Amino acid sequence: MNAATLFGLCGAVLVGLGLYGLVTNPEPLRKILAFNLLGSGVFLVFGVVARRAAASGLGGDPVPQAMVITAIVVAFAATAMAIALVLRLLQETGRSTLSADDPGGTDGGNS
Amino acid sequence: MTISSAFDVGLVVLILAVGAATIAMREAFAAVIGYVVYGLLLAMAWVRLAAVDVALTEAAIGGGMTGMLMLGAVARLRLAEGNDIRTSLPVRLAAGVLCVLVTAGVAVAILSPPKTIPTLAPMVMENLAQSGLGNPVAGVLFVYRALDTLLEKVVLILALLGVWSLAPDSVWGGIPGLRVYARPGSTLTFLAQLLPPVGIVVAVYMCWVGAKEPGGAFQGGTVLAAMWLLVMIAGLTSVPSIGERWLRRLLVVGPVIFLGIGLAGMVLANAFLAYPPGYAKPLIVAVEVALTLSIGAALGLLAAGPPERV
Repeated sequence: MNAATLFGLCGAVLVGLGLYGLVTNPEPLRKILAFNLLGSGVFLVFGVVARRAAASGLGGDPVPQAMVITAIVVAFAATAMAIALVLRLLQETGRSTLSADDPGGTDGGNS
Repeated sequence: MTISSAFDVGLVVLILAVGAATIAMREAFAAVIGYVVYGLLLAMAWVRLAAVDVALTEAAIGGGMTGMLMLGAVARLRLAEGNDIRTSLPVRLAAGVLCVLVTAGVAVAILSPPKTIPTLAPMVMENLAQSGLGNPVAGVLFVYRALDTLLEKVVLILALLGVWSLAPDSVWGGIPGLRVYARPGSTLTFLAQLLPPVGIVVAVYMCWVGAKEPGGAFQGGTVLAAMWLLVMIAGLTSVPSIGERWLRRLLVVGPVIFLGIGLAGMVLANAFLAYPPGYAKPLIVAVEVALTLSIGAALGLLAAGPPERV
């Protein structure tokens, strides 16, 4: 097994791990974290595709590499937005969960 | 097994262990610290995949900036209720099965590559000389896929507008709620005085060298943002209110110059975002410098959060 395949499999496991965290963890902040983990696994798989397409004396295809750079920046922007939403939810309701049927739900907003 | 393949195996084991820990940890604080470590380890994986530009971006943005944002959020969410809910066992089992299936699907795709692997590398290298750039990734970002790069800057500004618009109406145009720890004589103050001169030089270097070697506007801008946040958190400079004219101008100067050059290309080079022959490199460097400033400002303000006081 060469290095690219190894990192590709690593990316595959990271996608699974991130998805698991996203589904099972009830805290929004942990969901955002898990989503970032999932995303970085997808990026890694993309990096493996770039590495395998190495040609013309380059270590990898620069087109997917440039796309991953763009993706990392956009993922950061989305993360910043999501975190701001969670903090606003906390300000409005005093809670940081997304569950609808919570016994201790407060009046403000639709928690 | 050679040393490099042993290193790769060790790195993958570490990445997976730290990644799993960030999901499994009970304490959100520990999970976020784990995520920062994970980002740095992943940057090493990118170096091993011969993508140094991506490695720099991952270390700076994926690990550093995201980690900082999350740590700030953890500090505020600590007092929140409802953090003790646990998902039931059947749901976790079902999710586990689903995730194993997804992982297996991706793994099968990785293990069965196509016979002829499509690559755009020869096309990029053939035409790179015309742009005067030496870094093929910068070539893709600023020549072939310049529209993506321009729109991505717009996304950063849109995200910032989204974050700002979450503020209550009464504090619109006010000062972001970044936590300031002004303690004269503390290590933080010392570091905030010591690091920025070095950091600013590193940022300028990264921006400049990006045309030839790995580096560029994103990486330089992130370092600038980090230095700015450091002096603001240490209380050495005040957090500006989001209504400041100079701040708004700094935010749009990069995209506006990029768009201006792109529109000029319609007249001078017969295509939107095309550069007139012979002027490609100076124009790209000008765009990169302006973008570095705008990205630095946008990332710093995204990390500072919505306005909280007037």
